[in-house]
Amino acid sequence: MSESRYAPGSLLSVAHLSVGEVSKILGETARIEAMAQAERSRILSGRRIALLFYESSTRTRTSFELAAKSLGATTTLVSDKSSSIEKGESLKDTGLTLRALGAECIILRHSCSGAPFVLARETGLPVLNAGDGMHEHPSQALLDLRTMLTRLRGAGHATTVDGRTLDGVTVVITGDILHSRVARSNAMLLPRMGARVILCGPEKLLPESALGLGPGVEIERDFDRALRQAQVAMMLRIQRERLAGLELDLGDYISRYQLHGERLAASAPKVVVMHPGPMIRGLEISDEVADGPQSAIEEQVYHGLAVRSGLLARALGAGGFEREAL
Amino acid sequence: MKDLLVLNGRLIDPANGVDAPRDLLLRDGRVAAVEAPGALAALESASEVIDAAGLIVAPGLVDIHVHLREPGQTYKETIATGTAAAAAGGFTSVIAMPNTVPVNDTVEKLAWMLDAARGSVVKLFAMPAATMGSMGSTLTDFDALRSAGAVGFTDDGKPVLEDHVMRAALIAAARAEVPVSQHAEDTRLTGGCSMNAGPMAFRLGLRGMPVEAEARIVERDIQLLREIERAEGLRPHLHVQHVSTARAMEAIRKAKQEGLHVTCEVAPHHFALTEDAIGDYDTHAKMNPPLRVEADRAAVVEALLDGTADCIATDHAPHAAFEKEQEFERAPNGITGLETALGVAMRVLHRDRGLSLSRLISLMSTTPAAIAALPGRGSLAVGHFGDAVIFDAGEEWSYDARTTRSKSRNTPFDGAKMLGRVKATICEGRLVYHC
Repeated sequence: MSESRYAPGSLLSVAHLSVGEVSKILGETARIEAMAQAERSRILSGRRIALLFYESSTRTRTSFELAAKSLGATTTLVSDKSSSIEKGESLKDTGLTLRALGAECIILRHSCSGAPFVLARETGLPVLNAGDGMHEHPSQALLDLRTMLTRLRGAGHATTVDGRTLDGVTVVITGDILHSRVARSNAMLLPRMGARVILCGPEKLLPESALGLGPGVEIERDFDRALRQAQVAMMLRIQRERLAGLELDLGDYISRYQLHGERLAASAPKVVVMHPGPMIRGLEISDEVADGPQSAIEEQVYHGLAVRSGLLARALGAGGFEREAL
Repeated sequence: MKDLLVLNGRLIDPANGVDAPRDLLLRDGRVAAVEAPGALAALESASEVIDAAGLIVAPGLVDIHVHLREPGQTYKETIATGTAAAAAGGFTSVIAMPNTVPVNDTVEKLAWMLDAARGSVVKLFAMPAATMGSMGSTLTDFDALRSAGAVGFTDDGKPVLEDHVMRAALIAAARAEVPVSQHAEDTRLTGGCSMNAGPMAFRLGLRGMPVEAEARIVERDIQLLREIERAEGLRPHLHVQHVSTARAMEAIRKAKQEGLHVTCEVAPHHFALTEDAIGDYDTHAKMNPPLRVEADRAAVVEALLDGTADCIATDHAPHAAFEKEQEFERAPNGITGLETALGVAMRVLHRDRGLSLSRLISLMSTTPAAIAALPGRGSLAVGHFGDAVIFDAGEEWSYDARTTRSKSRNTPFDGAKMLGRVKATICEGRLVYHC
């Protein structure tokens, strides 16, 4: 892909990141995490960051905002429901307005796949994709990677990666793959560190065309068979709002694909359980698994805050990402 | 009007089997003489002379599928600007689609569109809507519209979806002796879709239009032709617009072998590009039908080479910059195409695949004129209209969308390599473009 058309520091797709850049982001994330607050808040002191949200969000929005503030930046939040977007202002014009107001970076959540590319092209600003339609959620994949490394290898091993770091690790992603930007970003990112990714779900939520996400991605429809091979089980929310017309039998879905205690004990007693949230307890995951010892779900939220600090420093060329003057 | 003499060119006129050095005399808007070099020398002093040495002289190109946006969307294009772009691309006749605002569905609207006051630079024809408002239910008045100049009927932009409506349209068109030009898309399969279905759509998180959406309508329409021939004793002419899939093309191939009256067109973008051109959500690669995969592209190229595909049509569909500079799913379908069709066809079909110049001109002039039964067009026989394109078949150049005569620049071919450059376009004996 032609990432050179976009401002340095942008993160629109995990496909734009080399393994070396992923490693650098993880390293800088750890370095910032270890800093005293006073030092950390100088990294983006006086810098201005806009959060532009066309969809609701709890985790992503709050963690980006808290990350920016902890680095000393000023943030402003624009949402589609309380702005001129409601009056029909285009994404381009909204972006140009934010730029004119001094925003140096825009974090975008949008219901249309590819919207961050439009914003990055039209504004020339670094844009962080905070989830676009069914396309990608790159910061989620990076925080998932950090969560996995911490759980599987230990905290000290989440600071660097190469093409073999996840050799021997199988990640099963289960559920509504079709509508999931989290699944796409993880399935495109993790195999490049050596992981095997198994996508699991019924045909309606997981078409064969998903194999086109790249090498290292497989499909297994039998959840138990997939789980028996897994070190990590990532569960996805059933997006009820997008199921119209799919005629999915939820009772049947639960019996075949819910991750519950009995299934966990039988097929994957040591697997790390992850979920990007929001969870629908009792549908794709049971209470005892979500709250159990194998669950890394709250750790994912924590790592989200950390990784997003690293991504913001990178977007603005600060901290360890300072660009050398030409 | 002074006589126009085109001297020293290589005249290629597929309709009359001519490919030889010939001089051409145009008088009173018509072809007055086609002679071996030197035979018309005596007329030089009294005529306007174009020296076509080293150039191809061919019947003016005919585009049976353009959107000129007037009335109603003149910020995208007008009849004057769209036909100026046509002239620059070597076209001397174009057929305007009816999806204007309002839809061209009455004699009054058709007459307004075809009125000389619109300022068309080349010969303008129109295909009015097959159904009122292109809403797909009530047929327009085919006979009255035919008498007022309609050269076919179409609800382009949408299909005629209902079986019984399409059946009635084919019967009415057969009686009026014009084609029904079908936008083949089963819209029940394409709601919310913005590109071709498959792995790339999955990766980009976009809903995809399946190949079946095109193929099913083509197959349904062919079945209707069979039934109407049997039951009514009529022989309707189905013209399938912008065929983009191997499967639909195969259905057309079989229908032709069966002897049914089916013709079809292929757009330059469908034989030159695949869905890969979308890259990272380039809305200039968004159109309907969408760009498909390489196997489909190869199939429509083969069809153009072996004659299954009858002609090339651009589906010229201008849109303003602000409309295309949007989220991919929200941007409108369509690209401009009049100025790039010849250069792309020459590169992809002639240079890369060895299609002869005569066959290429046939695909872009002779056959489209025949499909729409445009009298006196698509041929340089004496007595026909003095419509000609003069081009340098060997000149390589790059298209620059900023230089366009169209009001819009929404093309995936900006900066693309072209082969064959139009030097002059003559419509009814008048020089309407030269460079």
